Amino acid sequence: MKFTALTAVAALLMAPAAYAEADDESLVINGDLEITTHTDAPAHLDGHLDEIYSGWHFRDDETQAMEADDFDNPAMIFVDQARDMWTTPEGSEGKSCADCHGAPEDMAAVRPVYPKWNEDAGEVRTMQMQMNDCRTNRMGADAWKTDAKDALNMEALMSSVARGQPVNVAIDGPAQSVWEQGKELYYTRTGILDLSCASCHEENYGNRIRSDHLSQGQINGFPAYRLKNAGLNGVQGRFKGCVRDTRAETFSPGSPEFIALELYVASRGNGLSVEGPSVRN
Amino acid sequence: MADGVKPRVKAPKSAAAGESVTLKTLISHPMESGQRKDGDGNIIPRSIINRFTCDFNGQNVIDITLEPAISTNPYFEFDATIPEAGDLKFTWYDDDGSVYEDTKSVAIG
Repeated sequence: MKFTALTAVAALLMAPAAYAEADDESLVINGDLEITTHTDAPAHLDGHLDEIYSGWHFRDDETQAMEADDFDNPAMIFVDQARDMWTTPEGSEGKSCADCHGAPEDMAAVRPVYPKWNEDAGEVRTMQMQMNDCRTNRMGADAWKTDAKDALNMEALMSSVARGQPVNVAIDGPAQSVWEQGKELYYTRTGILDLSCASCHEENYGNRIRSDHLSQGQINGFPAYRLKNAGLNGVQGRFKGCVRDTRAETFSPGSPEFIALELYVASRGNGLSVEGPSVRN
Repeated sequence: MADGVKPRVKAPKSAAAGESVTLKTLISHPMESGQRKDGDGNIIPRSIINRFTCDFNGQNVIDITLEPAISTNPYFEFDATIPEAGDLKFTWYDDDGSVYEDTKSVAIG
């Protein structure tokens, strides 16, 4: 961390800008895959944020380093498990993912654009919803619950093959009304603590809360391997945790509210690289 | 044997004679405590790794005792001096009698 004694004194003397504690290091995975972890905010954030930072910038040096090498990244265990599942036939049709989709690497264009409007179904779908559509309609298998272990493993695989590509979620067209609903939720204060997502992740990122370093709440790194529970964590499960921390009744993972919020929060990271599966504390 | 156990080792393919190289190992393993029950109420048998060793051409490099509080998916990183071309053999011993192995060859050059 580039935090010399001099800047430490300066930080004490004047109120630092909100983003002062996002470090200025850069992330290169496996020595050759450059990850955009800091860039200009997308146009729809005008007046809210000038720059967007991946949550990677807000973690300790040791945690950051774990993500720079696939061998050191514990999430890759789950990616390996998903790779095995990718070629294993399941369900009444006897099909595996690979039978239709080929190699996981052929799916690299998927993760950056999800959640995405599905014309046939007339709804915004997260990647997990789309996987379940495959499982129930094409494979004849049971749907996964939202953020179930297998679903997160598969999401991690889809994310790992898309690393380095910019997140590019569509917010116009038919998805716009859902996006607006997500935005509404993002700025709505909830709970006994009367906090909205923006209270922490827009107005106070870089500061500390609950002895933790507040990030911008970007989800380009999801699913995230958290050191605290030694497993993959899904976006909507994290939303639930955040809403709970405001001491409110939460929405359920998989609910329309969280799907809308996932679309909106994903769009706040348009321009950052897909980074998942990331390592966080 | 526990499900989903997969040893992984990262070792250089070649080294200079006498060079010290860094070895990284990670084994995915659930470390079942033996106190949990499955959906039918039957106890899931204990399965915890209690020992990890690394040998080079039959000579021991490192021998580690793992206590039952070891985390899932334990990671070890250590250095070893490579005197000659040969095989690094990595072995994990499980409480339930299973032995997990991986071997990496190192050339001199």
